[in-house]
Amino acid sequence: MTTTPLAQVAEQDGTAPVFLREKTILGLPASAWPKILMPLAVGLLSLGAWEMVVRINQIPHYILPGPILIATTMWQDWGTLSGSLWITLSISLAALAVAVVAGVALAILFAQSKWVELSFFPYAVILQVTPVVAIAPLIIIWVDNVQLSLLICAWIVAFFPILSNTTLGLNSADHNLLNLFQLYRASRFQTLLYLRLPAATPYFLAGLKISGGLSLIGAVVAEFVAGTGGSASGLAYRILESGYQLRIPRMFAALFMISISGIVIFLCLSFLSHLVLRRWHESALKREN
Amino acid sequence: MTAFANAAKLPERPAIRPVVSCRGVAKVFSNGTLALQNVDLDIKHHQFVSLLGPSGCGKSTLLRLIAGLGEPSAGEIDWPADREGDAHALSFVFQEPTLMPWASAIKNVMLPLKIARMSADEARGRAADALRLVGLSAFENSYPRELSGGMKMRVSIARAMVTRPQVLLMDEPFAALDEITRFKLNNDLLRLWQDSNFTVVFVTHSVFESVFLSERIVVMAARPGRIIEDIEVAAPYPRDNEYRTSPLYNEHCRSASAALESAMAHHAHHG
Repeated sequence: MTTTPLAQVAEQDGTAPVFLREKTILGLPASAWPKILMPLAVGLLSLGAWEMVVRINQIPHYILPGPILIATTMWQDWGTLSGSLWITLSISLAALAVAVVAGVALAILFAQSKWVELSFFPYAVILQVTPVVAIAPLIIIWVDNVQLSLLICAWIVAFFPILSNTTLGLNSADHNLLNLFQLYRASRFQTLLYLRLPAATPYFLAGLKISGGLSLIGAVVAEFVAGTGGSASGLAYRILESGYQLRIPRMFAALFMISISGIVIFLCLSFLSHLVLRRWHESALKREN
Repeated sequence: MTAFANAAKLPERPAIRPVVSCRGVAKVFSNGTLALQNVDLDIKHHQFVSLLGPSGCGKSTLLRLIAGLGEPSAGEIDWPADREGDAHALSFVFQEPTLMPWASAIKNVMLPLKIARMSADEARGRAADALRLVGLSAFENSYPRELSGGMKMRVSIARAMVTRPQVLLMDEPFAALDEITRFKLNNDLLRLWQDSNFTVVFVTHSVFESVFLSERIVVMAARPGRIIEDIEVAAPYPRDNEYRTSPLYNEHCRSASAALESAMAHHAHHG
């Protein structure tokens, strides 16, 4: 043993970790490309088959329009449709934002005391299990502002996954770590900030991914209920309108835009989740064996 | 209980009151299990004490009570030398590394200082020192999942050391590690202890580990958890791999094993 044993220890372990960089193609890691190209190929093949079926069987466009007709309709009606898309998206995103704030705030409140959670959680469940279609008319009657009533409907749908996941996450902090915080006499606030909230992050993000899609569905469903009576004219209103006017290609175009919006929201939230969790959470890591 | 005769073994040690003193401590769990009964234990300044016993003897429970995690059902635990109740007096190392997976090694080590509201710069400096002490300077920014089991335990020890504790409580910290890593960490821990001025209470179920590390072994028996023997390990420090293979070490292992066997026998009679 040398006279400076600690320095010796440092020498033994002291090699800095080396991170190997993966090969990239056009800025993306090589392993990411199949994940993009494969679904894209499936999509293009399906669209091609659809177009073929429509053309070969000469299906009239008011029954089933082909993808090319839908695309040209979207191009021609872009002015109207993009306005509607903006309205639907802004309602969805506003509802999601309110759901995040309210869901996390309520989850933190629930985490403070078992009694608060026991007393209020059943009501959150009631809010969740009541079909939004059933209460949307009431909300639209009660709230003068149509935009606001749509936002409330979308919020009701989007709110619960965030609340329930975050509540679970806040209660899932490692017990030994909780003991450690107690040992160092951490305040409630410090324990929340440094331990419970970080521990809840993966749960919250999982809830957020579900709620992102649900807020869009909530906004669309509420718009359907509000129907032509509403002054707002989101994508759902365009679908209804096109249905009445038998402009089926435009109906499909609006439907397509709703689906794409949902996918984009999901991808954005997945990316956010990846950014936050990539260094530490099992879900964001590659299994190495 | 027998009187503890080894208080003044090292000449430079001041003959002061015990750091922690347990009097008639008992613990009954909510399911009615009597985990500890009538435990009297005095631990002196800069002592290295092992609590040795079979599983279920309440050694971890005793350690947690000393740490202030839970209240004893009877008796009292006193800190005569530390009546002010300084939050930094104690550190605890769990059986698992118990690191925050979302934080880098240095952030994990900074945690106790952050809780104590130390400025980030100062905390970072002290955490870096602590990591250097355990030989992990190069891994400051690594996340726990990127470290091996032994390295995680080193980070955990660095976190315990960063507050410069008076008493370090360790609950079977190396039980989950392989033997090579365990020996290495045993050596490192002894060096840290000799270079500094803190007291160690070390829970283990390994006779060999306790004889290697400690100057005093408190042997416990189960059902109900109690102290049955208090052995002095009269071997000089520094202890290294040479000591690990010496006849003296063997002899101490034999007497500690005998004590542990009688603890198991007690258990068999009562159980």
